[in-house]
Amino acid sequence: MAAVEQALTIDLRAGARARRRRLVNRIAEAIAILAAAVAVAMLVWVVWSVAERGASLISWSFLTGDLPIPFSPEVGGIGPLIVGSAIVVGIATAIALPVGVLIALFLEEFASNWLRVPIQLAIDLMTGLPSIIIAIFVFSALVYGHAENGVAGSLGLAIVMIPLITRATQEVLRLVPSDQREGALALGASRWRTVVGVILPASLGGILTGTVLAVARAVGETAPLLFATGIFGRTLQLNPTKAMPNMPVQIFIWSESPDPLDHRRAWATALVLMTLVLVMSLVARIALNWSRRNTTR
Amino acid sequence: MAPMRPVDVAAQTEPSTPQSRETVFDIQGLKASYGSNVAVKGVDLEIYRNLVTAVIGPSGCGKSTFIRCLNRMNDEVPGFRQEGKILYHGIDLYGDGVDQIEVRRRIGMVFQRPNPFPKTIYDNVAWAPRILGLKKDLDERVEKALKGAALWDEVKDRLKKSALALSGGQQQRLCIARAIAIEPEVLLLDEPASALDPIATASIEELMHDLKTDYTLVIVTHNMQQAARVADRTAFFSLDVDESGQGAGVLVEYDETGKLFTAPSDKRTEDYVTGRFG
Repeated sequence: MAAVEQALTIDLRAGARARRRRLVNRIAEAIAILAAAVAVAMLVWVVWSVAERGASLISWSFLTGDLPIPFSPEVGGIGPLIVGSAIVVGIATAIALPVGVLIALFLEEFASNWLRVPIQLAIDLMTGLPSIIIAIFVFSALVYGHAENGVAGSLGLAIVMIPLITRATQEVLRLVPSDQREGALALGASRWRTVVGVILPASLGGILTGTVLAVARAVGETAPLLFATGIFGRTLQLNPTKAMPNMPVQIFIWSESPDPLDHRRAWATALVLMTLVLVMSLVARIALNWSRRNTTR
Repeated sequence: MAPMRPVDVAAQTEPSTPQSRETVFDIQGLKASYGSNVAVKGVDLEIYRNLVTAVIGPSGCGKSTFIRCLNRMNDEVPGFRQEGKILYHGIDLYGDGVDQIEVRRRIGMVFQRPNPFPKTIYDNVAWAPRILGLKKDLDERVEKALKGAALWDEVKDRLKKSALALSGGQQQRLCIARAIAIEPEVLLLDEPASALDPIATASIEELMHDLKTDYTLVIVTHNMQQAARVADRTAFFSLDVDESGQGAGVLVEYDETGKLFTAPSDKRTEDYVTGRFG
């Protein structure tokens, strides 16, 4: 009988303590949502202010034409900037991709502990290296005493990209199950064969994604190009041993100019650059999802 | 139908094989440790050609460590050390100048969890022959291996499809096909059916009967019925705890499967096979 009576007196409504817990919970949740909203709002704000100021100049002739003569009322174009940026970043990627991937392979698959720790530390420190320091290094090593050239700029960008690609590659290599390695080794494959034949193909999607994100980062880097390939002509330059026109440095130059039309040109170029970066990041993320689905199925 | 006791199963299998047999592995005083932990010690046994040798015992008795010593897979584990001798056709597997890659090419291994590569069915089987330079008549080789693993009929129309779309049992048979595609002499199987359902398990066990005409098989299993069904000889490992509380796997008894299950000579074996412990 006692048990029945007790069952009837059970109260499932929240008591004082439970109400307080619920309130604290709600406040914490609200702060977290607010923080997330601030991040999104910042991005929207940046994108909007660039688009608003830059959109009016965008046209086919602006995207393909040669740079304007200084203080000319003609709007001109940024074709040489787009092509130059593509070439400089392309060379940087050709350097950084193999080097970054090889470093990651060495760290994850081959290095003994006493080598892994210092190299990993070096890579992590490299990630945090201020890009102006990379710029000064490249200038003193490759440009000082010679002419400015695109390859020097590419090298500076490669220094920015290598740790990013290494990190991204390390992360996907760690996702490859160890039984894949064992399976290959048990078939009489050498370590290197195992890496090339089984581990790399399984992580290719992730490596490419990391590379595209590194490219997206590098294409907007200004400092490493400033002293290496900062003084360039108005027309298309396809020879990377000469100074290459490029978007970030020209945005910087136009922003500093007293001519109000140059400011509008800078905004429009910034819009082009930003759109490129956003599209690349999006494509990389979609490609990653797609490749994950493919390797898990 | 009630499950048969291992004793009954073993009693039904035919008394095995002639007396004079070729020794493939001659293991003398094997001790294997990871860091300061001894996984298995004092193992002396001979493994014979074209027989199925089962290794049974409770968890943690060093069964897997033992079988992984036989193709030097433990070399990959940091801190691993082995003492004693493992002679393969009289050659010390851990001797000077012995190449672990050459060892594993002759002594294949199939793991507990099916681990096909994320490639096509065909490429899974063809991968190892390709890298070992056995590129001649590759199609025939792949077909022969898949037939040997009793998988050909199920996959012959979709060789170019991903191996990851196969069922668990099919994946494990694909791993066996992959291993036999390079024509090893020995096949080591580390609990090959423990992740599979009973039907897939039955097909793997049936396959082992067929495989032993061409290969020497060593299988680790925690399933005594399985050992009784497939093995000609069985080694029983147990965990030996010394005064300091340090446990290490030891070989308790090694005999013909029928004898080990019906008339074990060691009390510990008897306790284990009758289900009193383990």
